[in-house]
Amino acid sequence: MITIENLTFRYGARGALVFQDFNWHVKPGEAWSIIGSSGCGKTTLLMLIAGLRRATRGTIRVGNTLIQRPRPETGLILQDYGLLPWASVWDNVALGLRVRRFYGPDGKHAPRYEARPSRQQTQQIVDSWLYRLHINEQRDKFPGAISGGQRQRTAIARTLALQPDLLLMDEPFSSLDAPTREDLQTLVLSLQAEMRLTSVIVTHAIEEAAILGRHILVLSALPNTDTVIVSNPDAGTPGYRSTQTFLDKCNELRLHLGLKP
Amino acid sequence: MQRTTPAPRSEALTPGSTPTGLLRDVTRHVLKRVGNLALAVIIFLACWTALAAYLDRDIMPYPWQVGPVFVDELQGVLWDHMLVSARRVLAAIGAAVLVATPVGLGLGQIRALNRVFSPLIGLVHPIPKIVFLPVILVVLGVGERSKVFLIALILFFQILVVVRDEAAGLRPELIQSVRSLGAGRRALFRYVYLPASLPAVLTALRVSVGTAIAVLFIAEQYSTREGLGYYIVTLTWQRLRFEEMYSGILAMSLLGLVLYTVVDVLERITGRWRSAGEYY
Repeated sequence: MITIENLTFRYGARGALVFQDFNWHVKPGEAWSIIGSSGCGKTTLLMLIAGLRRATRGTIRVGNTLIQRPRPETGLILQDYGLLPWASVWDNVALGLRVRRFYGPDGKHAPRYEARPSRQQTQQIVDSWLYRLHINEQRDKFPGAISGGQRQRTAIARTLALQPDLLLMDEPFSSLDAPTREDLQTLVLSLQAEMRLTSVIVTHAIEEAAILGRHILVLSALPNTDTVIVSNPDAGTPGYRSTQTFLDKCNELRLHLGLKP
Repeated sequence: MQRTTPAPRSEALTPGSTPTGLLRDVTRHVLKRVGNLALAVIIFLACWTALAAYLDRDIMPYPWQVGPVFVDELQGVLWDHMLVSARRVLAAIGAAVLVATPVGLGLGQIRALNRVFSPLIGLVHPIPKIVFLPVILVVLGVGERSKVFLIALILFFQILVVVRDEAAGLRPELIQSVRSLGAGRRALFRYVYLPASLPAVLTALRVSVGTAIAVLFIAEQYSTREGLGYYIVTLTWQRLRFEEMYSGILAMSLLGLVLYTVVDVLERITGRWRSAGEYY
């Protein structure tokens, strides 16, 4: 699904070298976490895959596409401030479908194989996602008037309404309180399984990385060349949070990050 | 309501938090305004009467002397002059919005451009544009264009600065999110920049519409035989027709009041989300 070959990236001409000859491969259907301390390039990597940054050298392929701009089949969810503050929850969820309607299936802004969504279809899809994510009661409210958890639900609904095959998330739950965070982590796990999404989640929380990623990419020192990959096959199984395997996995990650268990 | 459970977030507590309450909000707002307006008119008329009694001169007639003349004149020439003035202001507003909005968006989004042009704007913005009246009259001629241009020039800088700051204040996360949904330049403009800058444009207009009409008054002193400025100074004041002169003043005030109110209501409608809570 994602193939990164010999990626080199630096900010500006003389900025820090973040990646050097970096290689990474993600197969379809895999659930990945990327973990690292701040400034290790994890968000940069996500932005490169999302097509929102250009590689200095090397190639990034997602599906059959060489990434040079955002790919319409890739969904992206950010930590905060991704919603239109002047639009209602409903309008925010409808935004992606409206953009597709705006361009039509041009292959550049919307998938070529998908017909232009009609108003009726948009209505149906948006409504069903609002119900699905339990934010239908908030449908007429502005983002400023709902809770952080509801905002992230809105962002998830907006992204999934476009039926992406790859879901990228940049610290999506970092600004939420613990119960809401766990709630949404469970939601993402169930959506992952159900929609057979390939997913990449960037996080600085060790527990979150272990809960959501069956494969965990650990980024540490700049520039990133050789990477540590931790296999975590039990992630996503019910009750994983309270198992000894989970705690061991967290400790393993702490070691890789240079922390004491 | 039970005391033990926290009160659900009530609509009344967060006015304007839902788009469906739009009509109710606007109606309430308009009614409140009308009430305030009635009170203001009464106080205004009282002050006017007191001043007229105190001065006791021809230049300061009583409101009841002006009232009938105003109604009479409005059915005659005054209405035509008012229309001409209104047309000039509206043309200027339209031109200024159409030019200043895209330029402001460009400056706000492209940092390199802003670095070059911001100092220039900072330098030119505070100059009272009315001083260019003679130049504009000579270059653009005596017709409508020179007057519309002068007013548009004033509005241009006001709108430019506000739209620029609004566009610069848009969070990169928002732009990235919308781009990830497939939006290119055109869709970003349609779904992000345009709705984001609309309230800003209206704020700028609300603040500057008074200045625009003041400048219109001065511009209408030169090379025209139409408009409220011409009516007030040449047709009435210089001929000592003071009741008619005050009719003209009333008409000009009304023009300003109507424009201000329309802009204010539109600004409230488009900017309702601002009162919905912290999220920007």
